[in-house]
Amino acid sequence: MTTGSAMFSREFESMPLPQLKALQLERLRWSVRHAYEHNPHYRKTFDAAGFHPDQLKTLEDLRRVPFLTKQEMRDNSPFGLFAVSMKDVVRVHSSSGTTGSATVVGYTRGDLDLWATLIARSLASAGGSCDDILQVAYGYGLFTGGLGVHYGGEKIGATVVPISGGNTDRQLMLIQDFGTTMLACTPSYAINMADYASRHMPAFDFRKTRLRRGLFGAEPWTEAMRREIEARMGIDAYDIYGLSEVIGPGVSCECSAKSGLHVFEDAFYVEIIDPVTGEVLPEGSQGEIVYTSLTKECCPVIRYRSRDITRLYRDSCACGRTLVKMEKVCGRSDDMLIIRGVNVFPSQIESLLVEIEGVEPHYQIVVDRHGALDDIEVMVEVQEEIFSDELKVMNALSGKIAARIRSVLGISAKVTLVEPATLERGAGKARRVIDRRQLS
Amino acid sequence: MNITQLSVFLENKPGRLQSILKTIADRDINIRTLTIAEVNDFGILRMIVNRPDEAYEALRAAHVTCSRTDVLAVALEDTVGALYRLIEAFSKRDINIEYMYAFTDRYQAHSIMIFRFDDTEAAKAALLEEGYTIMKRSEIHGE
Repeated sequence: MTTGSAMFSREFESMPLPQLKALQLERLRWSVRHAYEHNPHYRKTFDAAGFHPDQLKTLEDLRRVPFLTKQEMRDNSPFGLFAVSMKDVVRVHSSSGTTGSATVVGYTRGDLDLWATLIARSLASAGGSCDDILQVAYGYGLFTGGLGVHYGGEKIGATVVPISGGNTDRQLMLIQDFGTTMLACTPSYAINMADYASRHMPAFDFRKTRLRRGLFGAEPWTEAMRREIEARMGIDAYDIYGLSEVIGPGVSCECSAKSGLHVFEDAFYVEIIDPVTGEVLPEGSQGEIVYTSLTKECCPVIRYRSRDITRLYRDSCACGRTLVKMEKVCGRSDDMLIIRGVNVFPSQIESLLVEIEGVEPHYQIVVDRHGALDDIEVMVEVQEEIFSDELKVMNALSGKIAARIRSVLGISAKVTLVEPATLERGAGKARRVIDRRQLS
Repeated sequence: MNITQLSVFLENKPGRLQSILKTIADRDINIRTLTIAEVNDFGILRMIVNRPDEAYEALRAAHVTCSRTDVLAVALEDTVGALYRLIEAFSKRDINIEYMYAFTDRYQAHSIMIFRFDDTEAAKAALLEEGYTIMKRSEIHGE
């Protein structure tokens, strides 16, 4: 492993903490004032909460500012959350709208430069440089992935191949013919490419190409997927994270340590809150991550509730960055189940299963209420990898799963082993949770 | 010399066994013997068939979770105390039997015991030392 891949913005990425906090406060005060003075929605909600930007004296004072929700973004769509005049807006993007109607974000020239810099940093963090041939297989268009990574690639000086998504045989041909060294796409598309190559192009060998690294994001993925991509493509796979509401990809990115994503804190202030009470939790706690942009002009986001569940922590990272790390997002607060008072995310159960089985698990969680008590049943499909001809081994497996759920989540669950392909799959995507409690 | 047993994960639900047997029958594969070990919600079907590799592929293609397991088949005279003496050969050597089942060969009028050991090689050595006949693949699978 290389220790400390080059940093694109060393000054900010390795800044001593006190200095970073001071910079954040200075920028936060500008950003909150900018939102208040130039956007009627922010002015209205700040006023209603009895908050004025003059009251922001410390970073902690931000807790007095109301949250911005996804619903408010939708209600103000398309341009209601812009804080500059339209003549200064040079581009718009839109979220995919997978969980409701789409939200629109705008960028000034300065915002685009910030964004390209954040992507350039992410590329550098994943070992990329001006020597790379970067194949951008994210979709180009309203979606932030394609154009976002494109301009970041140019910023770092890489040779950008703007192929966009799809057209898999062409993707593979270009990897071969252009000597692509770095791939950027969704992790599921990377696996799709590997599948396609092994099915239709038996002579294609990723190890004989120059492909060395990949930057994957725009959807949650697991360590099991990382191992699969790395093994099948013979590359190092890094996680890049972002939300179009905040800026797009480039909010945080993994480094050579591949443990946690460094948040670019000179551009974003992050808090972890309890998704139910909204209370800010101490560093190290798991909860919903809340974003505040520090320098964005067109669409400042002040305390945006991402619904993403993660944990923030600081360690002395081998890469030399002092930036706070966030864990891979482990779930959405919308998916959160409350079982006998305990918050449970389906993804937590998923990662337990990945850990135990070593493969991508197929499972379903059924929650029911008998009398006053919630019952949770975890149904796990028995794939060949975990199957044994011995009953005691199979019993030990379900026992182990139940024990892990009990020790990690603090709830007892009934674990049932089921045959493959018995669990409901809607439109290719498995239905993970069946909550029968509302019906009774 | 080891015999291939097919082990199949089976949910305890009506119709499941039938659908597995149909997959086997549709391939014209003959089952020589089978046994089911079960707990509350599921069971493990263990069977000896004439063409185990083909049966394995057919079941996998039908998305059935199954595996091939090495077992030993031992021919035993159908007389009082024969099984007792056989098992004694294992116990005095501290060889543990994971599971076992039996069937009768209709032509030669002896019993065939199927054994699954955690240490198959040690069991084999014990059997040979005591003069037992370990049956060949061709005798059990037929072809």
